[in-house]
Amino acid sequence: MKVKMLSRNPDNYVRETKLDLQRVPRNYDPALHPFEVPREYIRALNATKLERVFAKPFLASLDGHRDGVNCLAKHPEKLATVLSGACDGEVRIWNLTQRNCIRTIQAHEGFVRGICTRFCGTSFFTVGDDKTVKQWKMDGPGYGDEEEPLHTILGKTFLLGSCASDRNIVLYDMRQATPLKKVILDMRTNTICWNPMEAFIFTAANEDYNLYTFDMRALDTPVMVHMDHVSAVLDVDYSPTGKEFVSASFDKSIRIFPVDKSRSREVYHTKRMQHVICVKWTSDSKYIMCGSDEMNIRLWKANASEKLGVLTSREKAAKDYNQKLKEKFQHYPHIKRIARHRHLPKSIYSQIQEQRIMKEARRRKEVNRIKHSKPGSVPLVSEKKKHVVAVVK
Amino acid sequence: MNVNQVAENLALSHQEQLVDLPKNYPLSENEDEGDSDGERKHQKLLEAIISLDGKNRRKLAERSEASLKVSEFSVSSEGSGEKLGLADLLEPVKTSSSLATVKKQLNRVKSKKVVELPLNKEKIEQIHREVAFSKTSQVLSKWDPIILKNQQAEQLVFPLGKEQPAIAPIEHALSGWKARTPLEQEIFNLLHKNKQPVTDPLLTPMEKASLQAMSLEEAKMHRAELQRARALQSYYEAKARKEKKIKSKKYHKVVKKGKAKKALKEFEQLQKVNPTVALEEMEKIENARMMERMSLKHQNSGKWAKSKAIMAKYDLEARQAMQEQLAKNKELTQKLQVASESEEEEGGTEVEELLVPHVANEVQMNVDGPNPWMFRSCTSDTKEAATQEDPEQVPELAAHEVSASEAEERPVAEEEILLREFEERQSLRKRSELNQDAEPASSQETKDSSSQEVLSELRALSQKLKEKHQSRKQKASSEGTVPQVQREEPAPEEAEPLLLQRSERVQTLEELEELGKEDCFQNKELPRPVLEGQQSERTPNNRPDAPKEKKEKEQLINLQNFLTTQSPSVRSLAVPTIIEELEDEEERDQRQMIKEAFAGDDVIRDFLKEKREAVEASKPKDVDLTLPGWGEWGGVGLKPSAKKRRQFLIKAPEGPPRKDKNLPNVIISEKRNIHAAAHQVQVLPYPFTHHRQFERTIQTPIGSTWNTQRAFQKLTTPKVVTKPGHIIKPIKAEDVGYQSSSRSDLPVIQRNPKRITTRHNKEEKL
Repeated sequence: MKVKMLSRNPDNYVRETKLDLQRVPRNYDPALHPFEVPREYIRALNATKLERVFAKPFLASLDGHRDGVNCLAKHPEKLATVLSGACDGEVRIWNLTQRNCIRTIQAHEGFVRGICTRFCGTSFFTVGDDKTVKQWKMDGPGYGDEEEPLHTILGKTFLLGSCASDRNIVLYDMRQATPLKKVILDMRTNTICWNPMEAFIFTAANEDYNLYTFDMRALDTPVMVHMDHVSAVLDVDYSPTGKEFVSASFDKSIRIFPVDKSRSREVYHTKRMQHVICVKWTSDSKYIMCGSDEMNIRLWKANASEKLGVLTSREKAAKDYNQKLKEKFQHYPHIKRIARHRHLPKSIYSQIQEQRIMKEARRRKEVNRIKHSKPGSVPLVSEKKKHVVAVVK
Repeated sequence: MNVNQVAENLALSHQEQLVDLPKNYPLSENEDEGDSDGERKHQKLLEAIISLDGKNRRKLAERSEASLKVSEFSVSSEGSGEKLGLADLLEPVKTSSSLATVKKQLNRVKSKKVVELPLNKEKIEQIHREVAFSKTSQVLSKWDPIILKNQQAEQLVFPLGKEQPAIAPIEHALSGWKARTPLEQEIFNLLHKNKQPVTDPLLTPMEKASLQAMSLEEAKMHRAELQRARALQSYYEAKARKEKKIKSKKYHKVVKKGKAKKALKEFEQLQKVNPTVALEEMEKIENARMMERMSLKHQNSGKWAKSKAIMAKYDLEARQAMQEQLAKNKELTQKLQVASESEEEEGGTEVEELLVPHVANEVQMNVDGPNPWMFRSCTSDTKEAATQEDPEQVPELAAHEVSASEAEERPVAEEEILLREFEERQSLRKRSELNQDAEPASSQETKDSSSQEVLSELRALSQKLKEKHQSRKQKASSEGTVPQVQREEPAPEEAEPLLLQRSERVQTLEELEELGKEDCFQNKELPRPVLEGQQSERTPNNRPDAPKEKKEKEQLINLQNFLTTQSPSVRSLAVPTIIEELEDEEERDQRQMIKEAFAGDDVIRDFLKEKREAVEASKPKDVDLTLPGWGEWGGVGLKPSAKKRRQFLIKAPEGPPRKDKNLPNVIISEKRNIHAAAHQVQVLPYPFTHHRQFERTIQTPIGSTWNTQRAFQKLTTPKVVTKPGHIIKPIKAEDVGYQSSSRSDLPVIQRNPKRITTRHNKEEKL
């Protein structure tokens, strides 16, 4: 008699080692998995909510300066090393992993106006209000040696950037004696920063609460006007990936803008953070540092809800999937509302409202003017062109 | 402007005067005695004028002195300041006139172009700047493709440049390393003895030698040999394949026979040489045969046989079939003993074996083939024939039986048998009709409805097939040796229409009725009309004719309707008659146009219908709560009483009036759900150009529930990937494949070259 039975090849279901994943046979027949859109929508909604739940960007505060932090610099080779110059002429070198100060130098009398490191990271330069430029060794002095600069250049005037007060940006080429071009904006530009991945794009932080991204070949219209701040923008720094930049403002907040968006995707603030003077994006593009008036350097996550540390592959897959879901359903009203929601300090919030009203009034007036004048006599100027006063060759 | 010009003119006139002065002066001196007063006055005026220019005054004073001396001879003091050279004195001696030189000089001056004034410094700088800017921007534009590529990239993994692994190759590590411990030294000694390469790990000298051992010629020969072998192999393979492909049975038979003969010869030879081995061989062959016999499938062990065994209790046929099979089995096994006598006969039996199971299979096919109906009819006919017991039919029946037996023995096409049967039936039928008066009972028996239907159908079929088959039958009878396969082939073609007919009959009840009626009225002409009707149904060419006509009629009516609906509105207009006439003409034209344009479809009626349907669909429905059988009798065909139905029917409240109630040309859908709208996207998002595009992206799921692992991973790859703890350097020309050729090329614009600070201004103010 014949006995019929199921015969299976154990190779198909037995693991070779204990460490292998169990194979789970799946049937992808769409009839067995109905309601794909509603299910994915719910997943996206949950992912968006969880993102907001886990959005805790503040990591650490580095205190020790005895005056407002005026400038920051990154070490070109070491991610953990950061230099900061304060308004009392003090320069400090920090270790971010240990979150403490490694070294303190009284570099200048008066403000430390700027710090920059050499490309190799062996030394750094400081510029001070005492009209000197000093070069320092990165490593501290040996035991018993005195803290001394390698070189001191006594300057009579500042080398660069004397042109900001007359509201313009001038481009120089270091290899040619002449400046290249000059663009005059409505108000004074505080800082510019070049996009590290796109050679001809730079962003200017302006006093008129806006940031302007320019293509240096066409200065007459900015590529993008970034507006969200409610006070003067003091500093700007690009992410090393060149996709986003961070800006520090006088309104006690820092904001992260995508390069191709005119509105910010993120705003960071704390109760104690005062006017933010300088901001830097770390060179692994994961963190943001900002130095503010109340003598602290703060460390933030660049991605507010990101999990720090090593991720397992399943976590990574889930993260990617959630990210894609959020992107896919970002236009749905509920998801959009949740994703956009941020808590703001009352001052910023009320200022935003106020400025919205002002802007609306201005727009209305313009529209009315166009409406009541001879057609064509009042030109319609786009928002991008409005802020550029002139381009000087 | 004017003031300035005047001043200039004045100045010029002064100069002219000054030039003239030396001439004038001596004259005035001459007149000195004449009127000294006038002189003095003139002198004063001159002095006053000259005093305007301090420089000239001094000169004049000098000259005046000189002129005083010379004035006595009344010679002009021209060139008084110059020294007199020898050349000047000699000049008149020369033949050439002074005019020539002047001309020359003049010519020279004329030929020279006027040199433009150099631009002012600002302008020059601006030009420089512009040139520098255009050059820089040109240089920068070579980044465009790279940046575009990065922007469009599916995924960017930072840091962009591939990092060189920090591990140096082992040779480098070994070059600076020395054996220190005794163990290491020993190992190194061993390695050196064996000439093991230490620094360059490629091949030992031994290995190299062994590699080089085979000479070129040898290698070539070896290769040629291999090639030949390969060619031979492929040739034989091709041959075998070709042989295998030959379909001719005769050929295979011949081949087989040839093989058998060969084997026999060998066997005989073996018998002569070595009888014992030959005997063993024979036994072996016999054994193989036996095994084959035993394994043949006529032992009531197959699936079919089992099912028959179950049926055998109730069905005589099944029992018969089983017995038949057993008999066949016995026959086959008996044959073994017969066949084992000689090898020659074995070949023949093998051929027979081939045939026998084939027949058996055919019998099976007949028994539970695809068309049981045909079989049933056959059996029923035989029964009828048996009941009729007409002496005239006996020989025919016998012939039929003979033919059946023939079929058993010799495989004949099923179709053929059927056909013959049908013909017999027909002849039988005719005879029975003829004998109706004589034997009414038997005719009545045959006239039960079912059998009549079957018979009529059969007749129809046979009539149809008869014409075709007659010739074929003759052929078959003349050529009895025609292979079986050839005869079987056309059979299914003819069988098909029968099957089709049947299926259609079952489908349409009306036709059945019709057929029944026709049956009653005219028995003889039965099959034809039915067939025709069915044909007309089946053939697509004939069929649409009637409906088309109908449609056309409908269209005409519709068009008229359309026109009449239009006309009242036109008439209602109060317009002067003449104009109306003109308009009427125009309208007629227009109407004609519209008629032509919308010849095919009636839009308005369709729309009205659609609207009616929409209104009906949106109306609230009544709810019927009656329970049949509750409180009264229930069952098939019983309905709840009207009173009860009235009692339990809940009438739906009439909803609010439709918004498009008074708008005949509009359907306003009131289906929109406000609660759902809050969750829906109101405006088409930016990168999409059509709502369908957007919907498609939403409808394609990306989760692993709906996608394979690979697809899931592909769908969820993030656009930008950064590695924690890795420094991302700004993009460099070298990274993307550009080499900075010269300094003027400036491929990399310095990052953040200037930091325009407010602080500096503060500093200045301080």
